[in-house]
Amino acid sequence: MKKLLLATAATALVAPGAFAASHSSEVKIGVLLGFTGPIESLTPMMYDSAALAMTEVNESGNFLEGVTLAPVQADTTCVDASAATAAAEQLVADGVVAIVGAACSGSSTAVLANVAMPNGIPMISPSSTSPALSTAEDNGLFFRTAPSDARQGEVLAQVLTDKGVTSVAVTYTNNDYGKGFSDAFAAAFEGMGGSITTTVPHEDGKGDYSAEVGSLASAGGDALVVLGYADQGGKGVIQSSLDTGAFDTFVMGDGMYADALLADLGGDMEGSYGTVPWSEGEGADAFKAITDAAGVNGESSFTRESYDAAALLALAAMKGGEATSEAIAANIMDVANAPGEPILPGELGKALQILADGGEIDYVGATNVELVGPGEAAGSYREYEIKGGAYETVTFR
Amino acid sequence: MDVINAIVALLNFVIIPATAYGSQLALGALGVTLIYGILRFSNFAHGDTMAFGTMATILITWGLQSMGISFGVLPTALLALPFGIAITALLVLGTDKIVYGYYRRVKAKPIVLVMASIGVMFVLNGVVRLIIGPGDQRFADGERFIINARAFREWSGLEEGLAFKTTQGITIVTAAIVVAALFWFLNRTRTGKSMRAYSDNEDLALLSGINPERVVMITWIIVAALATIAGVLYGLDKSFKPFTYFQLLLPIFASAIVGGLGSPLGAIAGGFVIAFSEVFVTYAWKKVVTYLAPESLEPSGLLQLLGTDYKFAVSFAILVIVLLFRPTGLFKGKSV
Repeated sequence: MKKLLLATAATALVAPGAFAASHSSEVKIGVLLGFTGPIESLTPMMYDSAALAMTEVNESGNFLEGVTLAPVQADTTCVDASAATAAAEQLVADGVVAIVGAACSGSSTAVLANVAMPNGIPMISPSSTSPALSTAEDNGLFFRTAPSDARQGEVLAQVLTDKGVTSVAVTYTNNDYGKGFSDAFAAAFEGMGGSITTTVPHEDGKGDYSAEVGSLASAGGDALVVLGYADQGGKGVIQSSLDTGAFDTFVMGDGMYADALLADLGGDMEGSYGTVPWSEGEGADAFKAITDAAGVNGESSFTRESYDAAALLALAAMKGGEATSEAIAANIMDVANAPGEPILPGELGKALQILADGGEIDYVGATNVELVGPGEAAGSYREYEIKGGAYETVTFR
Repeated sequence: MDVINAIVALLNFVIIPATAYGSQLALGALGVTLIYGILRFSNFAHGDTMAFGTMATILITWGLQSMGISFGVLPTALLALPFGIAITALLVLGTDKIVYGYYRRVKAKPIVLVMASIGVMFVLNGVVRLIIGPGDQRFADGERFIINARAFREWSGLEEGLAFKTTQGITIVTAAIVVAALFWFLNRTRTGKSMRAYSDNEDLALLSGINPERVVMITWIIVAALATIAGVLYGLDKSFKPFTYFQLLLPIFASAIVGGLGSPLGAIAGGFVIAFSEVFVTYAWKKVVTYLAPESLEPSGLLQLLGTDYKFAVSFAILVIVLLFRPTGLFKGKSV
């Protein structure tokens, strides 16, 4: 009995030591996304992709002398800024060195101001596209692998200018996304010499958009620019415009890209066009290969951006030589951009080896990562046109 | 030519949509006003009763479509409508038995019934979403247009197109038939007269041997029919979404109150007043004026009184003005 007690006591003494030892070589990365709320259908796949990048880093064995990365989940709810802040504070209490997130623009803004900046924690958002985040004060801590809608506004304006369209009417969904997008588009289009006859916001979830369409039709224009959602008011406005013959050609932002829209109205929308963020080429193919192999759904929205966000954090830590918030924040831009060896998804082990040998890398990743301005993705867009009731790629921009 | 263009533009963007919308509001307001006149409370569950009736009709429409039954150029939903009305009638009679009947027996104040109707509203809200989901449902089939905008432009050689949807035509015709039938029923039949008597003076009606339970039952059945027809017409013309129907409650009540609560004629007038003012005040008149005015006077602005976001504000402004100057509404309803 005495021996047993002694043995138990000894084990009890040793155990915390053993735990401490394993903990010292494990670094926690927060994955802060809206696991409940309006985008809950997207976030599980985003989490899987971020975790996949960390697993890849761990399995390569090349990361900072055997240090391993561990993802820690937290839920922003997407709609409640105080819930997002509380979730991020919990992550800080858990000792994360960096955060992949948040997903929704509102959550990112709140977490950046209330948690990331006071604690000096870098964060890379895979899906916040609000233009407001480009100018938010961030002490060099906020990055995003999703492009700002301000960028898309420029791209869309360029598409119109290239087609020789000089006068359009604009309608946008009355929220942060629509308003920001519309402002960015208007500034870019007018800067290129185009004119906007009128700008009419529309509310989502209404049955009738004839009043909005009446105003738009009265103002006129060569085409109607619709910056809304394909399953919401955006579709209602297009339907009503087609019914009354107000406009024949529609120019659409990313929220309007949906197969369901074509199924319902495709036949009447012949010749309409628009832009949508799109990744193509080696990076996207390599990402599909590794997600298929790992049994992760990599086709869902923002999964590529999530993988890239987690990979960038790991590579920045490697470049800095230590897994600390300061080292990561200081090196993200460096590993993301040229010069250096281009790195595709699935090549993180190789990248870590190059960095260990003192070389340079240029992380390409699944979305052709190129961080510009205040640390956000330049983004590549697909310009499409509706032909024969189907989306047809015109070019990539 | 310019004058014709102006008229066509006005018809296309203002008169036709407002007439269809006004008919839908009028049918909804008739239901509200009947309940107020005969059962003496404001039924806040009316919007969701419309949603329920439409849902039942949609489900039966899908059933008919899957059996290969159609109504030619007209939407199949019109065939399903009687079944939808029957199901909705059962529902409202059920809620009356479970909920409102009790409060009538204990002679509760009208405000208690109003609160109970808000409870019913929330329950129906949930039931509809559980059965058909919160998303958009489209169930219109058959010919989409009576007059197609593009075809009209080619045929007439005018700059302006004119669109007249089948659903708009059906809405206006159906509303006219339903209203005529209702007035005939209320003014000419024995049951209708007993309902009006009960509405005017409950005690006197009871003394003269009118069966109150029968009056209540028939009122609910008529209201179920009106709600289902209004809901299905709105859904055919626009699209069905539970949340949209919940929001319709506001303009419907505005219509009923502007016309005078308890007055069927007022409900119809109120529906059109609200619909036309919403569209007129928020319409950008530039196009019409450009056709009519000489070139030198061509307007540079949009000539829009209020942005379209203020649509609901227009209904409420009219409501406030009417309540201030004619508290009983345009057609001398009961004062509220």
